[in-house]
Amino acid sequence: MALALVLILIVVGALEFHYMSPWWITPIASNWQQMDDALLLTFAITGVAFVVINLFMAYALVTFKHQDGVRAAAMHASTRLEWWLAGATTVGIVALLAPGLSVYARLIDPPPDAMVFEVLGQQWQWHYRLPGKDGKLGSTDVRFISNANPYGINPADPSGQDDLLVAGQEMHIPAGKPVRVLLRAQDVLHDFYVPEFRTRMNMVPGMVTSFWFTPTRAGRFEVMCAQLCGIGHFNMRSYVVVDDEPTYRTWLAAQPSFAAQVAAAAGGEQPGQQGRLLAQSRGCSACHSVDGNPGAGPSWKGLFGRSETMNDGATVRVDETYLRESIVNPAARIVKGYQPIMPAQQLSPTEVAQLVDYIKTIR
Amino acid sequence: MSYGAGHPQSFWTRYVWSQDHKVIAIQYTITALAIGLVGLVLSDLMRLQLGFPGKFAFIDASRYYQFLTMHGMIMVVYLLTALFLGGFGNYLIPLMVGARDMVFPFLNMLSYWFYLLAVLILAGSFFVPGGPTGAGWTLYPPQAILPGTPGTEWGIIVMLVSLLVFIAAATMGGLNYVTTVLQARTTGMTLMRMPLTVWGIFTATILALLAFPALFVSGVMMLFDKALGTSFFVPAVVSMGRHLPHQGGSPLLFQHLFWFFGHPEVYIVALPAFGIISDLVSVHARRQIFGYKMMVWAIVVIGGLSFVVWAHHMYVSGMHPYFGFFFATTTLIIAVPTALKVYNWTLTLWRGDIHLTVPMLFAVGFISTFVIGGLTGLFLGNVSVDIPLSNTYFVVAHFHMVMGVSPVLAVFGGLYHWFPKVSGRMYDVMLGRVHFWITFVGTYLIFFPMHYLGLLGMPRRYYAYEHYAFIPDSAQALNAFITIVALFVGVSQLLFLLNLCWSAARGREAGGNPWRAASLEWHTPQTPPVHGNWGEQTPVVYRGAYEYGLQDGDSDYASQDQPPDAVAAGQRAPAQEAP
Repeated sequence: MALALVLILIVVGALEFHYMSPWWITPIASNWQQMDDALLLTFAITGVAFVVINLFMAYALVTFKHQDGVRAAAMHASTRLEWWLAGATTVGIVALLAPGLSVYARLIDPPPDAMVFEVLGQQWQWHYRLPGKDGKLGSTDVRFISNANPYGINPADPSGQDDLLVAGQEMHIPAGKPVRVLLRAQDVLHDFYVPEFRTRMNMVPGMVTSFWFTPTRAGRFEVMCAQLCGIGHFNMRSYVVVDDEPTYRTWLAAQPSFAAQVAAAAGGEQPGQQGRLLAQSRGCSACHSVDGNPGAGPSWKGLFGRSETMNDGATVRVDETYLRESIVNPAARIVKGYQPIMPAQQLSPTEVAQLVDYIKTIR
Repeated sequence: MSYGAGHPQSFWTRYVWSQDHKVIAIQYTITALAIGLVGLVLSDLMRLQLGFPGKFAFIDASRYYQFLTMHGMIMVVYLLTALFLGGFGNYLIPLMVGARDMVFPFLNMLSYWFYLLAVLILAGSFFVPGGPTGAGWTLYPPQAILPGTPGTEWGIIVMLVSLLVFIAAATMGGLNYVTTVLQARTTGMTLMRMPLTVWGIFTATILALLAFPALFVSGVMMLFDKALGTSFFVPAVVSMGRHLPHQGGSPLLFQHLFWFFGHPEVYIVALPAFGIISDLVSVHARRQIFGYKMMVWAIVVIGGLSFVVWAHHMYVSGMHPYFGFFFATTTLIIAVPTALKVYNWTLTLWRGDIHLTVPMLFAVGFISTFVIGGLTGLFLGNVSVDIPLSNTYFVVAHFHMVMGVSPVLAVFGGLYHWFPKVSGRMYDVMLGRVHFWITFVGTYLIFFPMHYLGLLGMPRRYYAYEHYAFIPDSAQALNAFITIVALFVGVSQLLFLLNLCWSAARGREAGGNPWRAASLEWHTPQTPPVHGNWGEQTPVVYRGAYEYGLQDGDSDYASQDQPPDAVAAGQRAPAQEAP
């Protein structure tokens, strides 16, 4: 009896939770309303099955509870009933599968005029690239990747020279235009995930994968990694900003081209220039912000010369020695409130010095 | 003929180097429960971090990912697979088909010792430099073997070696179970008279023999990639700023191999659970299992289909998108035979004579949790519905309901059900009930709301969710609630262990057949059964395993070894299948 009651309570509770819960899909920001519709249809069909089966069991448990002198029925099969049930289930399955597959067919068929941008995933940050005036992305290869060329763009490919390399961790796209996202990874698997866009795809080293959508409303949307990629996985963040056309144009005009960046790196007289490129290519900036925002590691803004409290209570003045030690042997002394999660990297003494010089410039 | 003329007498040969399938079954069960307890503790440690982030300083990101990986691998492989096949399979197959033992007793013993070795190697990975691997139980390369992931020094190697040893153990055991079912059934025990538990374990074992080799080769290949620098799974990459010498490998190849094993693995765990639940429902509802033939065919069809659905784990992996059509279709087709099994369980309850014993509570609990876990599978199997949900907490909730909670409820139900046969004593009913209620209600409270965190978009395998604007504070409150329930459910499993230990020594005598069950294992001359199981003669079988609900005579059931004239004398045979 208690069991029947609990089964009924589970059904009632589940329905109530479903309708009252504050946790629900994020407001959609792309053209994939059909995916949400397919989800709701699946909720409806499976919800009916869930309610009916649990309530049927509850009813059977009460009605056919053991009574002295009463034996179970002898009848123990009904081929007809089984075929009816199998038939009804098949109808339900077809009702789920047909809309599901028809949405999928559109999902894997990007419009030919879709604009293109590329995301390169790296432990634990994102890089964004757009085609330049020629409308074509330059070819890439992992072997070209270096501090000065974090995207691995083929320097000999003319169509890569005008590619726009997005500075910082914010990608902008115009609202209302279909966009095809090309995905690469340089080290391990990642997954470019923006919940509001619904569709997404893994990023696989050695491959170019893709998906497409049309952003439907302006806003700033969080990008997360949704394929375990190591200890920084949970903190691999950036943003996609959906703009109106004029704002987008302004933003686009401010992005440096590959050729300009190469020239700047070659000129390289700004203090900290080499260190900044290094910090971006090695993924330092994924955890250490340069604008004072909190991350998995202390922000570099104003770090040099500051006094920090360590985990063991000691106070340390951040000087060159401390910075060098923290880069080469990250676990040696941890700032209070942070976890010892930073991996030691193989850096030459020159590179360490470049990083320290860069950190000193961030005021 | 007396079996095995010289029964081993010393403690060592009887209980340690034993070739008796029942002792081996108990060894398997105790070892699996012990490592399962480690898996349970790991899950509660993860929950501590998720519920109260940062409050427990020793759970840093590295450790969190190590706990997560070890929890998954332990539960799926070292607990559930070992317990269903090595534990239940070993104990029940020979007794249920009327055999004296497995056909290869020495190999059977070897299987256990290899399994124990695999468990010890796995446990050893907690003590190697760098700790166990934190690559997630799926061990996806390149991440599993490149810096940035915990345990890439030694942990991953130890994990792969342990898996290879486990597969050797499972293969030795598996050949034994299959051969025993095919060759050692007693007179009259046709395949279509076997209890569904045997059908479930038998089919699952065939799946294991066909699926584990895929994991074996991928394990060997990854070991080569890690230790010898080959490039099976690793293409040219720049890892932490360094160009690695790998070239031309395919991360997707590993995923195909892994899930070619991994999806049948779900059914390696589920099919024995299906079988056990069928037996429990039938015995305790005193009613013939509804549609026995359909139940057998459903097991076989599900087993076959389980080999052509693997890539539904890879809809967003970057494989060719056309695969999505095929695998979504096969995956949803599998719902039909699976649903039939659920219908037939509930139809067995219908017009039954239901005794809500502890095993029956767990069986009904299983049906409920399996239904919700199976139904959410229809979300994730249907490619375009899966894409927004993949790698979110919806997936975590789904697979915990369908292949965590449900099989574990089947394990508990089965252990309570057969405990009187194994030990000769009855468990404590009150403790058993309390254990059921906490576990059943608790797991609903843990996993039901978790689906909604997934709908919201919270990705799985996150150490922390701080500073994500789209996640409301209430999600953190829900996570804290889930953690508290999980801790409570985790601790309450001690009731179960306490019950087994205390009852094995002090429980009341149960008699040979406390459930008035019809299948052969309840009709051994001694309880617990001795080495060799049967007396001078192995039993002769005259009927199926589910002849309950006899309308006339003193007894409402006829055991499988009861001759027809004995039934005819006092009772009418149960009605045959209705049209």
